[in-house]
Order: sequence, then structure tokens, then C-alpha cells
Amino acid sequence: MAKIKGTVTVDVEKCKGCGVCVVACPTDVLALSKEVNGKGYPFAMQANPDACTGCANCAVVCPDSCLTVYRQRDPNA
Amino acid sequence: MSFQVEITPENKVYGKTPLLTDNVMHYCPGCSHGTIHKLVAEVIEEMGLQDKTIGVSPVGCSVFAYNYIHIDWIQAAHGRACAVATAAKRLTPEKMVFTYQGDGDLSAIGTAESIHACNRGENIVVIYVNNAIYGMTGGQMAPTTLLGMKTATSPAGREAAIHGYPYKIAEIVSMLDGVCYVTRQSVQSPAAARKAKKALRQAFENAMAGKGLSFVEMVSSCNSGWKQSPVDANKWMEENMFPFYKLGDIKVATEPKEA
Repeated sequence: MAKIKGTVTVDVEKCKGCGVCVVACPTDVLALSKEVNGKGYPFAMQANPDACTGCANCAVVCPDSCLTVYRQRDPNA
Repeated sequence: MSFQVEITPENKVYGKTPLLTDNVMHYCPGCSHGTIHKLVAEVIEEMGLQDKTIGVSPVGCSVFAYNYIHIDWIQAAHGRACAVATAAKRLTPEKMVFTYQGDGDLSAIGTAESIHACNRGENIVVIYVNNAIYGMTGGQMAPTTLLGMKTATSPAGREAAIHGYPYKIAEIVSMLDGVCYVTRQSVQSPAAARKAKKALRQAFENAMAGKGLSFVEMVSSCNSGWKQSPVDANKWMEENMFPFYKLGDIKVATEPKEA
């Protein structure tokens, strides 16, 4: 089990579903949703949240700054 | 044992800088402008220059840049951003003045103003976003359009005999003595974006130290103008733009210009 894990929150209404974060993720955490937001765009979501390392690559390339990345050490380790 | 990462401010590693406004950007999905705006805002925040920065926005897609970053802005006439920035910097030398221009603005209609501002060595930063097309008006051929590239006004591809050659204004201005730093970056990948941010920081530091003009070209994609998806456009840019517009530092002046 990984000692450090990350997670990503998405500002769903700001996301335009460009998918740049999906290809930037080295651990294939992100995917585009099947649903759409208020503007009709599919939005980024964590399809595989356990693999997230909190590297923030997705947020660095996000043109609309709608991703926020958190990272934490395992409190049980 | 599995655990859930807590969403707390202590655990936050990366998020939107407070210098960016809450407005949703009008750019198309995946447009490089958004990423470049973000990097500019982050560098200004890290340098603590929010109250001292004046941006000059161009005519083009990024004409509304003033809606997105919480600093002082001037919106210049088409192509004249460098001339306006010259005045802003000379009248308020303690300010950090930068222009943010596209290729249609800087290298087409604004060539004269841009080259002369470079030649005078104004202590400003020029951020030049080159997507090889006129994005705002619907994807017409720009001076920077690659040979063979199809656009709305060159449907058979750009041909040198008819349309001339694409030109590299970064290389042109690097020959001028007033320019202290010329670099070409891109923001399509995390590594490239981090490098571009370092280049922007270097440029802003040069401007504050009075070393002369810093010219930062950002090779960027225009997925709607190129009629591709954002991810494909980034890939197309890597395969076709980068061999012609080579990334990296073009000029780094070690000595400050003579007074």
C-alpha cells in the first residue's frame, strides 16, 4: 500500500472537458465523465482514485484551473 | 489499510492561484491561453508583484486577458501593445510591465512596434503566444503558419511561392542588442509548463533588474482553428510545430546592456 496518496477535486462547472489532464496523468487516474455539466461539457473525474499520487501534473496543464490537488501521508503507516 | 486523503488546506499541493479571477475563461476547451494565463498569474504571485504589475493585452483571443488576472491592465490597439508598454514602463519605472500578444498581433500588424521596442531595449517582458493561425477570426493563415498547413484562407496548404515563408520573430529579435533574453517554450505537457514558468520568472526578473527586453515565445495550439481535438492538437503541435519552432533558450545575455 502506498504510503503517500493524493486526490483531485474538480470544479465541475468550470471544466470544459478538454481532456488534457487525462493524458497528463501518469497513473491513469482521470477520465472524462459520461454525464455533462451545466454547459454541456463532459468533465474530468477520478476513475481510478486509488492510483493518485498527488503529483499535480493534471492541475499544472489544466487551462481552466479547475483542478485542485491534495496529498497526504498514510496516518496508519 | 486504505485511507482517504482529507481535503484540507494543509494537504493541498496545487490549486488555482488567488490572482486568477473566478470568471470562467472564454477560451475554447484545451486552449493554451488558459495555461499561460495561469503561469503568468503564478509567477506574479510568487514574486509578490501583484500591486506593481501592469499587463498590456492585445487584440486577438486574449483581448479579454484583463478579465482573468487580478492586476492592472491596459488594452492596446491592434499590434501596439509594445508601444503602450513602453510608455507605461517609462512613466512608472518601478512597475513590472509586460505585454501579452498573439502571433497575429505581434508578428503581423504589430511587427514594427514590437521590433522597435526590442531594439530600444525597453525593460518590459513580451509574452508572445504563437499558434500559427488567426484563432479569433476563424482560423485564417497568419505569417507564422507553417508551409503546407491548411487554414481557412489557404485551403490547399500554405505555399511558399504564393504566401511566402513562415517567420520566426524570436530569432529575429534575438539579434537586437536591446533584447537580453529570448526563449521559446510551450505548455502542452506538465514538464513543458513547468519549464515555461521558469522562463517567465527569469523574464520578469530581468525586467525588474532593468536588463532590457525579455521575449518569451509560447508555441501553443489552437484546436478549433486547426479543427482537431485538444489532445490531438497538442500532439500535432509536437510533431509539426516543434521541428520548425524549436524550443529552448535562443539568447541569454550574460552582461547587462550598457547605459
